[in-house]
Amino acid sequence: MAVLNEEQEMLRDMAREWTVNESPVTEFRKVRASGEPEAFNRDAYATMAQMGWAGVIIPEEHGGSDFGFLSAGLVVEELGKTLTASPLVMNTVAASAIVLGGSDEQKARWLPRLASGEAIATLAVDEGPSHDPAKIETSVSDGKLSGTKAFVHEAHGADLFVVAAKDGLYLVEKGDGVALTTRKLTDQRSHADVTFDGAAAEKLANGGDNLLDDVLDRARVLTAAEMLGMAQQVFDDTLDYLKQRVQFNQVLASFQALQHRMADLFADLAQMRSAVEAGLQAVDAGFGVARAATIAKAEANRVMHTMANEGIQLHGGIGMTDEYDVGFYLKRARVLEQSFGSSSWLKDRFSKLSGY
Amino acid sequence: MATQIEPATQTDEDAFRAEVQQFLADNFPAELKGQSNALAGVDGPTNETPAQTKWREAVGARGWGTPTWPKEYGGGGLTKAQAKIIDQEFAKAGAYNPIGGMGVMMFGPTLLEYGNEAQKQEHIPPICRGEIRWCQGYSEPNAGSDLANLQTFAEDKGDHYLVNGQKTWTSGGQWADKCFAIVRTDKSDKHKGISFMLIDMDTPGVEVRPITMISGTSPFCETFFTDVKVPKENLVGEEGQGWTIGKRLLQHERTNISGGGSLARLMGQSLGDIAKKYQPTGADGELADAVLRDKIADFEIRWNSFLLTARRAMEESKAAGGVSEISSVLKKLGTKLSQERSELLIEIRGLQGLGWEGDGFSDGELGAVRAWLFGKATTIYGGSTEIQNNIIAKRVLGMLDHQ
Repeated sequence: MAVLNEEQEMLRDMAREWTVNESPVTEFRKVRASGEPEAFNRDAYATMAQMGWAGVIIPEEHGGSDFGFLSAGLVVEELGKTLTASPLVMNTVAASAIVLGGSDEQKARWLPRLASGEAIATLAVDEGPSHDPAKIETSVSDGKLSGTKAFVHEAHGADLFVVAAKDGLYLVEKGDGVALTTRKLTDQRSHADVTFDGAAAEKLANGGDNLLDDVLDRARVLTAAEMLGMAQQVFDDTLDYLKQRVQFNQVLASFQALQHRMADLFADLAQMRSAVEAGLQAVDAGFGVARAATIAKAEANRVMHTMANEGIQLHGGIGMTDEYDVGFYLKRARVLEQSFGSSSWLKDRFSKLSGY
Repeated sequence: MATQIEPATQTDEDAFRAEVQQFLADNFPAELKGQSNALAGVDGPTNETPAQTKWREAVGARGWGTPTWPKEYGGGGLTKAQAKIIDQEFAKAGAYNPIGGMGVMMFGPTLLEYGNEAQKQEHIPPICRGEIRWCQGYSEPNAGSDLANLQTFAEDKGDHYLVNGQKTWTSGGQWADKCFAIVRTDKSDKHKGISFMLIDMDTPGVEVRPITMISGTSPFCETFFTDVKVPKENLVGEEGQGWTIGKRLLQHERTNISGGGSLARLMGQSLGDIAKKYQPTGADGELADAVLRDKIADFEIRWNSFLLTARRAMEESKAAGGVSEISSVLKKLGTKLSQERSELLIEIRGLQGLGWEGDGFSDGELGAVRAWLFGKATTIYGGSTEIQNNIIAKRVLGMLDHQ
């Protein structure tokens, strides 16, 4: 765990207390059972926003606390532990696009509402099933944006879309010219293909040429933070299970074959935490962001992938049942692994950033 | 040598930085710039040049080679912040720390914790001055991973012990002046029968034979003890406390093997940059072999997160004080990754990366081959990877003993 300041410790403790008491995995089960495509609890999100979580990276002058990404990551990590379904990550990433690239007027109009939870925003970049920001066909002419975005996270609850077009990022409000087709994925969360047909669009003109990369790097580190919480929880649950499950008249935790696998996972988790925290800190420092974010998401992908698989295997047959939570983590893990950079995509980017 | 000035413990950082800079200007011989500390290595005897001697004595007199150790025993008596300033300024000047070796890395911190006043007065100052070499008498032919199975016996003879037995894998034993050893003083209890004692290597009955390794070097020795007299005052702690003291020392060893002690040294050159010298590249400068390129990136990402983990562990252990339990994780990860790096270097260089000797290979290529071979030892010594896994499972994760 990174060395935290007092504000950050308070924020983390508050998030931990709230998720454990008010948003355990049983709350995610309720969201799933409701079958609503937007797949989150509006009351719960309103509470989260009241606690200031939707405005952690938004400047104070626009209604946020400006605590930064390490702080946002602490909250997101806790939400990941209990699989809390909310648009918080996507809203934070979309807000960061406005912070980085918006005009004063755009900031004044949207950021206070995104910080208070009154409005929700999301990011729409990819146009196919695999992350590839180099392949964007969406275009804008005369302020009208047209194109189709695939598997947009948290699309159903969004009032505002930050959309990647060929020549930059645009703000598009839900409404005329915006149509959603629900794409139900294994994680039971909100995903949709979003078709923009001459929708009114405003450019985020102030972020420079790297705005899309900068925003995606923020998506990568926050997604990695959610995965970190998930991986930690799978590890803790698995360890608890091994300590109480008895076979051959002894608890499974006494078998060396299993002890060494847990030691491997523990070491992996340490690596993942270091990489994710360093990614969040790099965003706050504004230095080496592309490299740090790539390492963060690549390590999150690698470790979460193994952790979910080992979590199932070490739970044995009971891990295969819907009654146990571990399967939910596996299904959410794969969706996040494929979002904002698969492992092979991230390794290619790392090579390019390193000059080989 | 420069005039002796009392090291300031309360001065502010800028003043102290200026003091270090002045010390370097007065004492660091320009001809040593970029050299490393020969005394700290275990791969050869020390034949100091006059300049090296002068530099070692200058740093030793200040206690700046062991900056945070207590001043009354020859350390610097400085704060961690001041120690960091010394590191930074030495690095800027291209100056190495001439005070090193097992005395500094492992034995000194342990003796400071467990030794009595007379032992600290006798042994710590020469370590701070870099005057003597220590070696480690731990492993035996039948006590490797099962270290507590050691049989070397110290018989109580009133005013002294009479030691008989054999140690092995004694790093640098052929050049060492003294040995810190764990020996058996009681045959009735596996762990509580172990004691920690200090043995002069020139005592009659001590015999050292170097072992040639697969890398062609002889950094380790077999050490035989035949009726070796060890004075009672060389017992550290109480009789039977040796296992506790010995394990504490191993925590320091692990931290050092993993690289937690010296991160900058591990950074090394990017494998991608090396690969571009040996492998074809496309017009855009990318490695043409996409599979190799992916392997290198995969490794470098994990290597980076290891370095971040080592840094995080250091920050956490500084906050908590002392070496952390995560030392087992670092040892396990760092050694495995270093081995992987060596293997990847061979794949990058092909047969040019497997040269044993001759003009057809550069020093760097030959050195990498020897390092690859010697590196196989790193997951075996200092507590094998399997032992680290046991430690993590039992002590950190609270899983039950399998035995």
